Amino acid sequence: MEKTMDLTLKVWRQKSANSMGAFETYGVKDVSEGSSFLEMLDTLSEDLVEKGKEPVAFDHDCREGICGSCSMTINGIPHGPEKATTACQLHMRHFHDGQTITIEPWRAKPFPVIKDLVVDRSPFDRIIQSGGFITSRAGSAVDANAIPISKVTADYAMDAAACIGCGACVAACPNASAMLFTGAKVSHMNSLPQGKAEKDRRTLAMVTAMDGEGFGGCTNIGECEAACPKSISLDMIAHLNRDYATAQVKNFFNPVT
Amino acid sequence: MNLDSKIPEGPLSEKWSSHKFNMKLVNPSNRRKYNIIVVGSGLAGGAAAASLAEQGYNVSCFCYQDSPRRAHSIAAQGGINASKNYQNDGDSVHRLFYDTVKGGDYRAREANVYRLSEVSSDIIDQCVANGVPFAREYGGLLANRSFGGAQVSRTFYARGQTGQQLLLGAYSALSKQIGLGKVKMFNRHEMLDLVKVDGHAKGIIVRNMATGEVSRHASDAVVLATGGYGNVFFLSTNAQGCNVTAAYRAHKRGAGMANPCYTQIHPTCIPVHGDKQSKLTLMSESLRNDGRIWTPKDAEVAAMIRKGETDPNSVAEDDRDYFLERKYPSFGNLAPRDISSRAAKEACDEGRGVASTGLGVFLDFRDAIKRDGQNTIKERYGNLFDMYQCITGDNPYETPMMIFPAVHYTMGGLWVDYNLESTIPGMFVGGEANFSDHGANRLGASALMQGLSDGYFVLPYTVGNYLGKQGVAAAGKVTTEHPAFAEAEANVKARIDKFLSIGGTESPRSFHKRLGHIIWEQCGMARSKEGLEGAIKDLQALRKEFWTNLRVVGDADGINPELERAGRVADFIEFGELMCRDALMREESCGGHFRVEHQTEDGEALRDDENFAFAGVWEYKGDDVDPQLHKESLIYENVELATRSYK
Repeated sequence: MEKTMDLTLKVWRQKSANSMGAFETYGVKDVSEGSSFLEMLDTLSEDLVEKGKEPVAFDHDCREGICGSCSMTINGIPHGPEKATTACQLHMRHFHDGQTITIEPWRAKPFPVIKDLVVDRSPFDRIIQSGGFITSRAGSAVDANAIPISKVTADYAMDAAACIGCGACVAACPNASAMLFTGAKVSHMNSLPQGKAEKDRRTLAMVTAMDGEGFGGCTNIGECEAACPKSISLDMIAHLNRDYATAQVKNFFNPVT
Repeated sequence: MNLDSKIPEGPLSEKWSSHKFNMKLVNPSNRRKYNIIVVGSGLAGGAAAASLAEQGYNVSCFCYQDSPRRAHSIAAQGGINASKNYQNDGDSVHRLFYDTVKGGDYRAREANVYRLSEVSSDIIDQCVANGVPFAREYGGLLANRSFGGAQVSRTFYARGQTGQQLLLGAYSALSKQIGLGKVKMFNRHEMLDLVKVDGHAKGIIVRNMATGEVSRHASDAVVLATGGYGNVFFLSTNAQGCNVTAAYRAHKRGAGMANPCYTQIHPTCIPVHGDKQSKLTLMSESLRNDGRIWTPKDAEVAAMIRKGETDPNSVAEDDRDYFLERKYPSFGNLAPRDISSRAAKEACDEGRGVASTGLGVFLDFRDAIKRDGQNTIKERYGNLFDMYQCITGDNPYETPMMIFPAVHYTMGGLWVDYNLESTIPGMFVGGEANFSDHGANRLGASALMQGLSDGYFVLPYTVGNYLGKQGVAAAGKVTTEHPAFAEAEANVKARIDKFLSIGGTESPRSFHKRLGHIIWEQCGMARSKEGLEGAIKDLQALRKEFWTNLRVVGDADGINPELERAGRVADFIEFGELMCRDALMREESCGGHFRVEHQTEDGEALRDDENFAFAGVWEYKGDDVDPQLHKESLIYENVELATRSYK
């Protein structure tokens, strides 16, 4: 038989974007250690519905750690205590009977709360819209093997592209900086030969968009990397800074359009 | 119901190119006069929205997630097929076509599958150009691996997260168009009805899931790319939000629903662990390249393993039954999904299953690690092994993984012709939501191929052809002021009010679980006449109960997960009944559809080509009226119908 546990949850409840929020305390019983954190929240939801109360709203979808929907700070750490793990892949065997768990939404000004644990992460989409793409109309591509890309470069691009856009980096950062998110996309695309043509344009546009959304600056604290469920490296921020500096210099002498 | 498949004349290999030439074009300066709605932002929807916008059309794209980047295509792991023949191992357009038709157990439309195979190479080119970081060899060229149901290596991959990378490629192309203002993106919006004007699809009604607002959207054409219906089983590998509502609403508005009983049960998922489980997790089929599937030969040994009294590693070689290698020596552990799943079920039915529930078999990497070293295995499957360990707490480098089949993909869907146009003119369907390319069983790494084929290379032509035929004078003429919009909107609102006012005692999730139980037991891996007839009655009773005893807490004015689920479950219950009817009608076994009455002496699927070589298309006739069956005959001119053998 699997072990079960009883838990006390302190959960952030907020009716809507403009209403005041507060922590509510709930008990959940007989949580199996093999269930996921979100399944534990499902149990809470069913208990609440049973009593005619509204369940806790939270974003979630794939529940296999790849869509990037889930976004909750568990005991002060985005996605909870396990390294390189999204909340949906966090399993209850990492908690113990009788424990109190605090659950909050992402806390960052550019990500306003919509309801309970649900926040608005559309600023991330707008950063990508500003330049996080390689322009290549459908049907215009050359043969996939026409441009060899060294395995080292392809692996590096893949490391960067593994970002799931969940926003934990922003939630973890005391400055609410989006440098890891932006750096990952810039590093992915700028490192590939296909992405070189738009490199400077992309870098300048994405940084401008990032700043425009109200994200803070990076002060090399490193909380983002520690909280990232995909272990995106701080190197991506260094890469962004390097490409940004180069693009700025080029822009000074010969404006990038 | 008119089921003209509109397959172009001429030899198979020339159909698509001649059709492209014959299709109507819209002058580039006129394209901006047309509005196109795309529902869904996965591989098919995202790629179609981006490509149509690149051509100059005004596109509105809707998704229920908070960002188009989160569509469930993102969860595909293993890879994407293409007939590049980079491995020089005998692949060709024709071989990919043949493998797909055969893999689908001869229940797919030849012309569509051939086109899919034809454009597969263009997809890889396009994705690389978009910056998808596919795996490469040291020489800088693309790497491939093999996948189930094929004897060539034609699968391109990006670690164990190919779907993510392909989706992010389509998402970046879509994002560019959003940034340019050519696509208007509606996140957190759910389509709740289709609007028809003079018989043509001219818009949709959506609910903003963040604010609760119900709104009307008009267009000149509608593309549904809303995914599959696997969540009718409650437990599946689908994302929590995946649902059949958009497709089913369109079905109720007159779109034929084809082959709903064709569902794929994927052999390599992590076994169920308890009654609170919300979803099943897939382990990529690519693991079967190196993992060997077995159970103990002796049921008593299996029982001891289940109780934790015996370590699986201590079971001697002679006491292990590598059942796929035994039954299908030429394909071995890479037998197609339907066949592998059934073989695992049989082993468990014989009492030889492992895992605490007895519903599991081993997927063992011991020999591969011995042969290639742990580092090589880690390089190939590292993230999958980590994921497995994260979920189960077991280390698969040391103890064999346990797997069991789970619902993964649905081959059935809205009927479409060669142009991917449904029986409602102006409504096109792409990706998993349509029925077109996989027949009764889908081969691994073919879903990504189909989604992107539809989105990048088929819909951008065929939607333009439809618009061209309507003529530029008709562009943008229908507005949301048309009475059809008012009627549809009123229906949607009334339904929402109804959910909130029933005031019963049972939650939507509870109904969903009960629905899933009925479908899994009677319309899962093995189906019988008796079971299906019982299931139809049970589902009708469940539907009545749902509409009298549902409890939805909260209100309609903002985020309300209970209300969202209520709407989806309501449609799933009706859809489940249609699935069972389809399974009951199909008196044969083919692909993922296994009727116990129709099997060979050694338990293999027994097809009936004489009577069932058709797509079964259902027409909605009313809530308490039996749906009407229509048939599209499947004519095989290029592939000889044969018994599918992987022995």
